[in-house]
Amino acid sequence: MSSDTHAIDVQKHVRAYILVFVSLMVLTLVTVAVSYLHLPVHQAIGVALLIATVKGSLVACYFMHLISEKKLILWVMALTVAFFIVLLLVPVFTVADKVGS
Amino acid sequence: MSDMEIPYTVAARPDTGLNNGKIGIWLFLASEVMLFGALFATYILLRVGAAEWPHGAHYLNIPLATLNTIVLISSSVTMVMAWASLKRDDFGKFRLYMASTVLFGAVFLVVKYFEYSAKFHHGYYPRTNTFLAIYFTMTGLHMLHVMGGMAVNAYFWGPGAKLWKTDKEHFTNRVENSGLFWHFVDLVWIFLFPVLYLL
Amino acid sequence: MVVTELEAADEHGSHHEAQSFWRTYVFSTDHKTIGIQYAVTALLFLFFGFCLMMLMRWQLAFPGRALPLIGRLFGEARMPGGTMLPTFYNELGAMHGTIMVFLGIVPLAVGGFGNFVLPLQIGAPDMSFPRINMASYWFFFLGGVTMLASFFVPGGAAQSGWTSYTPLADIAGSGQTVWILGMVFLITSSLLGAVNFITTTIQLRAKGLTFFRCPFFVWTQFVTAFLLLLAFPPLEAAAVLQFMDRVAGTSFFLPTGLVVSGQALAVSGGGNPLLWQHLFWFLAHPEVYVLILPAMGIVAEIIANNTRKPLFGYRTMVYSLIFLGFMSFIVWAHHMFMTGMGTTMAAFFQTTTMIISIPSVAILTSLVISLWGGSIRFNTPMLFALAFLPMFGIGGLTGLPLGLNITDIPLHDTYYVIGHFHYVVAPGTIFALFAGIYYWYPKATGRSMSETLGKWHFWPSLIFMNGVFMPMFITGMAGMSRRLADGGASYAFTKPVTHYNQWSSFSAWALALAQIPFIINFFWSLKHGAKAEANAWQATTLEWTDAGSPPGHGNFKTIPTVYRGPYEYSVPGAAKDFVPQSERA
Repeated sequence: MSSDTHAIDVQKHVRAYILVFVSLMVLTLVTVAVSYLHLPVHQAIGVALLIATVKGSLVACYFMHLISEKKLILWVMALTVAFFIVLLLVPVFTVADKVGS
Repeated sequence: MSDMEIPYTVAARPDTGLNNGKIGIWLFLASEVMLFGALFATYILLRVGAAEWPHGAHYLNIPLATLNTIVLISSSVTMVMAWASLKRDDFGKFRLYMASTVLFGAVFLVVKYFEYSAKFHHGYYPRTNTFLAIYFTMTGLHMLHVMGGMAVNAYFWGPGAKLWKTDKEHFTNRVENSGLFWHFVDLVWIFLFPVLYLL
Repeated sequence: MVVTELEAADEHGSHHEAQSFWRTYVFSTDHKTIGIQYAVTALLFLFFGFCLMMLMRWQLAFPGRALPLIGRLFGEARMPGGTMLPTFYNELGAMHGTIMVFLGIVPLAVGGFGNFVLPLQIGAPDMSFPRINMASYWFFFLGGVTMLASFFVPGGAAQSGWTSYTPLADIAGSGQTVWILGMVFLITSSLLGAVNFITTTIQLRAKGLTFFRCPFFVWTQFVTAFLLLLAFPPLEAAAVLQFMDRVAGTSFFLPTGLVVSGQALAVSGGGNPLLWQHLFWFLAHPEVYVLILPAMGIVAEIIANNTRKPLFGYRTMVYSLIFLGFMSFIVWAHHMFMTGMGTTMAAFFQTTTMIISIPSVAILTSLVISLWGGSIRFNTPMLFALAFLPMFGIGGLTGLPLGLNITDIPLHDTYYVIGHFHYVVAPGTIFALFAGIYYWYPKATGRSMSETLGKWHFWPSLIFMNGVFMPMFITGMAGMSRRLADGGASYAFTKPVTHYNQWSSFSAWALALAQIPFIINFFWSLKHGAKAEANAWQATTLEWTDAGSPPGHGNFKTIPTVYRGPYEYSVPGAAKDFVPQSERA
């Protein structure tokens, strides 16, 4: 791989980085703006987490190069996310499911 | 230190397509996902179990935190640009972007300092209620990660940069790995900010 | 390619200056040195934890009686007039568990055996990150020193169980804070090690060594590393939260309205004690698989080698292992059936728990069937490996009523539980670790241990292990609770069974004596053991076939290429009854 094509590849990436940067800024302002709408709690949580997930995905996919990363890394992170979700949800389900309820 | 060569420290192993350091950093990040996951799980459990839970705005300064969010996102861009500069063989640009990254990190810390002192000034401490307890603990642990990341980045901007002269590819990989950690720190904040401040 | 021990000197042939004593033996980055450091340190901690237990067993056998001769050495604050105070009993209990699990078994099984054997078995010159490996040992050492230091703080060491349940642990004396600090060091050590083991196994396997040609031992270390990597961080988070509760006055685990000694606690409240239990057991359940998987790996190697046969069901064992590792993350609340859990979540956890017993049984059954038709060599490692099978079987089977919600109700927090988990870990894992020491000692030292002393170690150990723990199923089913400083003596309903406490205690002290042949053997053989050849056991795996005893710097003269699977024993038509992995087809 010559250093020429190397530089061109990186140029494409740099364009993506700028685009992601702008998107992240916009989404940040959006999520703050939405918070001033004082939506009902469940909707507020849903919207905030949705926007955060989009922002997080942009960082993960483009800044952290996950979108073009090797399978091994993707599988390890997928496994991790699965356990992350278990950790987030199961304790609260367990505590909510009380004896006699 | 022995001069024994560990294979695939720089070159990628053919079947995995990866070098050792990249796998290592992603594994470490996996453990960090579980660490912060436990804290988010704590937040959920405490909030669901609470009779009342304050809005973030009641205790926290949203404009300041929004500024900090913008600062951290910017630092993430400069970080990836620092790596991209190395890929383009532009060491000068690398130094500029890496310095900016460290600087943005410092701004983040300064803003945090003002945030925390304002809380303490108002008599709001971790022991005041569980909202503040989880707020201080999560942002505090995140802040420690910011400091750690800054230290590593400062090292690669400074004394660590000598490696560029002897092994450009190795140095570039190390900066990339350091970047992955830094982006992760940004990613955690992307979730922390709305959860603690906006909900 | 078979290597004689004479070629052990400097494998990679290049010229490098001799390093200082400190760099060679203390701050080494060589996985073999680090492995031995881990193993020796862990054995010392195992011994210390064992001593703590022997003290406890005096109190349990003779509650309230002064311990002759040494009782008074523990001072008025712990053993006034030589009689044990309940607070000291609790210190001993909490620290025995903590030390055995985190300073003994894991560092020996993973840090010791994993570090020493893994790179050799995969044909690697070292771990992928040698300096991180060194750091991991020193964090372990620091954690150990911290835990030992905790005995000397005012109020004594942690005394809220190895499980440190809140709110008790939140309000306990300063020893608990030191425990937390110790745990943070130990968790850091494990995380660094896990990253290293996984990367090494993926990246540094020699040419031709596909995953399904790896020895089962390698697979067990690989899966164990994933368990450590992903399960420990929530406990680290929980430790931080408990630290905040204790030091910063937060109420993560303190419920509203908690009253201590007649006074309402001056805290904000709003916390949840169950939060601690969830975060703790999220780690601690996978942790028990961390305790058993390396043991299964060791037993598998020794059985294949000493039956001169391939393992039965190697692929099944590997798939079971992976499935087990995954399931281990979703069973944890079977430790929490008695916390007011409703039937839905209880059903979920008991289902996953029953499912997880399947891969466990598959592995154990494969190991047992592996014996069929073998030319069994009954050397000391094999004796311990064979004993592991029924002992782990008992441990596993007695786990079943604990994993089912309904039968757990009368058994939870009784001696039945203590009997169950000790069977798995003591005549289970520890026997496997002894097997591993006898097996790999010649590789690490170039000398063999005495078979005679080995048998004097084995037979009494087997008898007395059962003597200690079998009665606990009886006392547990009779309702005797665990963690009682008087061994249940103050409860009328345990009267018919309290005499079993003495059976256990006498067995425990006899078990201690049974370790003396081992300790003598271990040290004596270093200088006086018979010189061992490079392939002391006529084994097939790379550490035996291609590295010296002990291996030199860099492990291999040239990195071997692998042409076959790990257990080519008794291959029809072959010249010998084993074919090395690195021998060309």
